[in-house]
Amino acid sequence: MIAAAAFYLFAAVLIAAAVMVVTSRNPVHSVLFLILAFFNAAALFLLAGAEFLAMILVIVYVGAVAVLFLFVVMMLDVDFAKLREGFQRYAPVGGVVGAILLLELLLVFGTWQFASDAAGFRLNPAPAGVDNTRALGRILYTDFVWLFQLSGLILLVAMIGAIVLTLRGKTSTKRQDIAKQVARSGSVNLRQPALGAGLGAIGIERPPVEPPPGEKPRQVEHAGHGHDHGHGGHH
Amino acid sequence: MTQQMLAEYFPILVFLGIAAAIASAMVGGAMLVARQKPNPEKLSAYECGFEPFDDTRRRFDVRFYLVAILFIIFDLEVAFLFPWAVALGEIGWFGFLSMMGFLGVLTVGFVYEWRKGALDWE
Amino acid sequence: MEAFLATPVGVLALTVAQAMALLVPLLIGVAYLTWAERKVLAAMQLRKGPNVVGPFGLLQPFADAIKMLMKETIIPAGASRVLFILAPMITFMLAMLAWAVIPVNDGWAIADINVGILYLFAISSLGVYGIIIAGWASNSKYAFLGALRSAAQMVSYEVSMGFVIVTVLLCVGSLNLTEIVRAQADMWFIIPLFPMFVIMFISALAETNRAPFDLPEGESELVAGFFVEYSSMSFALFFLGEYANMILMSALITILFLGGWYAPFDIAPFTWIPGPMWFVFKICFCLFVFIWVRATFPRYRYDQLMRLGWKVFLPFSLVWLVITAAALKLFGWLPGAV
Repeated sequence: MIAAAAFYLFAAVLIAAAVMVVTSRNPVHSVLFLILAFFNAAALFLLAGAEFLAMILVIVYVGAVAVLFLFVVMMLDVDFAKLREGFQRYAPVGGVVGAILLLELLLVFGTWQFASDAAGFRLNPAPAGVDNTRALGRILYTDFVWLFQLSGLILLVAMIGAIVLTLRGKTSTKRQDIAKQVARSGSVNLRQPALGAGLGAIGIERPPVEPPPGEKPRQVEHAGHGHDHGHGGHH
Repeated sequence: MTQQMLAEYFPILVFLGIAAAIASAMVGGAMLVARQKPNPEKLSAYECGFEPFDDTRRRFDVRFYLVAILFIIFDLEVAFLFPWAVALGEIGWFGFLSMMGFLGVLTVGFVYEWRKGALDWE
Repeated sequence: MEAFLATPVGVLALTVAQAMALLVPLLIGVAYLTWAERKVLAAMQLRKGPNVVGPFGLLQPFADAIKMLMKETIIPAGASRVLFILAPMITFMLAMLAWAVIPVNDGWAIADINVGILYLFAISSLGVYGIIIAGWASNSKYAFLGALRSAAQMVSYEVSMGFVIVTVLLCVGSLNLTEIVRAQADMWFIIPLFPMFVIMFISALAETNRAPFDLPEGESELVAGFFVEYSSMSFALFFLGEYANMILMSALITILFLGGWYAPFDIAPFTWIPGPMWFVFKICFCLFVFIWVRATFPRYRYDQLMRLGWKVFLPFSLVWLVITAAALKLFGWLPGAV
């Protein structure tokens, strides 16, 4: 009885949250409602006895996917008012696409049939005495090995796709190569000129040779440029 | 069996309730007890002395998105590892090698992103 | 009494009592952790630390709490009000919520769920939200930058943490936290899995934004990071949440590697001390190391931090995971092997 009440409660909140995702004006609020919807879906999984899936739903969808959504929505600063401007113009096209999708879905549901042993599965979701993580582990990697490998390939495609799309011709990175820094010797060395002889004795000219006229001196600290704000890079 | 399992989750709801109560009591208490006297200077965003030049919420370095995407992928990898770790004793060498193949495929992706410099920050 | 406890109201009352019995000491512990941190840091820097309010400054946490309570709650003009208030509450609530599954002693877990470790992993992966929402809702540049950095940082270290947890699970064969501790009755996992323990500890530092990974709140560049705009109790909630998370991470390390409630040796003087005491001792030890690290190491640079997470910890923990699995399989040491 309590489980049934909980089911209807979570299902109702889930649907309400899903509606808010679509109708909410602020995209950040949309994502937050999406997170609420994920939580309720996880609760529904729990009620069905699927503990592992419930936790994975929270870890993967709320903990990772929704974080990415939030990043995109918060930081990309998409101007949603502008996106909505073309609504009137594209509405007919969108409506046609939607109608076709609906028709297809109806066709699928029209020919929907349960497998003959589905009823049996529904009655015993998992073998007694085995928690569902172990039950999954027993079959996922052996009986469904090809699907499992396929999911690995999909992840690989996603990884490569993300890199190809985001790292286009970015080579300006200045990297720190610690091994190179440590291995560097010789370029810095100590020399001791004779006392009183000055740096000139070892070939260093002070003050430095005047730059040719027309070229502006770059350093602010240089004597005579005390109030030169134009060069004071201050950020 | 499901009923018994659900009973184990009940305390989590209780914890949620208690934690929410404590948190709201603390925030609400401070709002009630302390004197609220806002003024525009006090409410302006914290900056180094002058007015903010532009809006805070602006476009950001694409690397942050890349990190988030890579995290999703590796998180899924970890999610696949959990049932495997629990059931490894029962699924024999075939199950072990099946996971090695999966990890191998993802290692290819990892090496690719390393070589592409996707993991480098300046 | 027995009859009352069987009714739904009785179950509720009992659970609330259990939860309070855990949460009240926890909150006091959090308050005194702030005091202990100041004292330990002071000792390490040859100072005295708080010593005015009460004997040895023991009443300092309460003085701080009252001060915070009396401060004005400032909500910046450009902020999203609801989210701004909600963010610190989320951080604080998550830190409390995780404790529902922690087994302080054999059979003492209040919610002894089958997938306890996944629950903890899920809770720690939700920790980013308080920070992102705070940074975004404040509408301040420092807060925003701090939140962004923090989110990327927490996410980076979570992957290697996941691998570490899976390695431990290989040796246990269950996701239940009580089972994980019971598997360490003979030998704590810190001995065979020492490298993973090190990775776990450093990832825990990064996950809780503690020094030397406290870039999100790097004082010298981002003032206070994501909570720069917060004041009064909202600030206190972030602060308490951070310290509660430290205690939680210490508890997680204790469960995964330090043998939970078990005494280090199963002989007379050690077995006199009850299990929960050992659990608390081990948490205190971890917390001391957290503070010790803060007093010792300079802050990381952001590129170094990301390099460590993605290029060192991730491949290393993955390789160690494979080696552990292969070794267990090869020698037939896996739990439940057929």
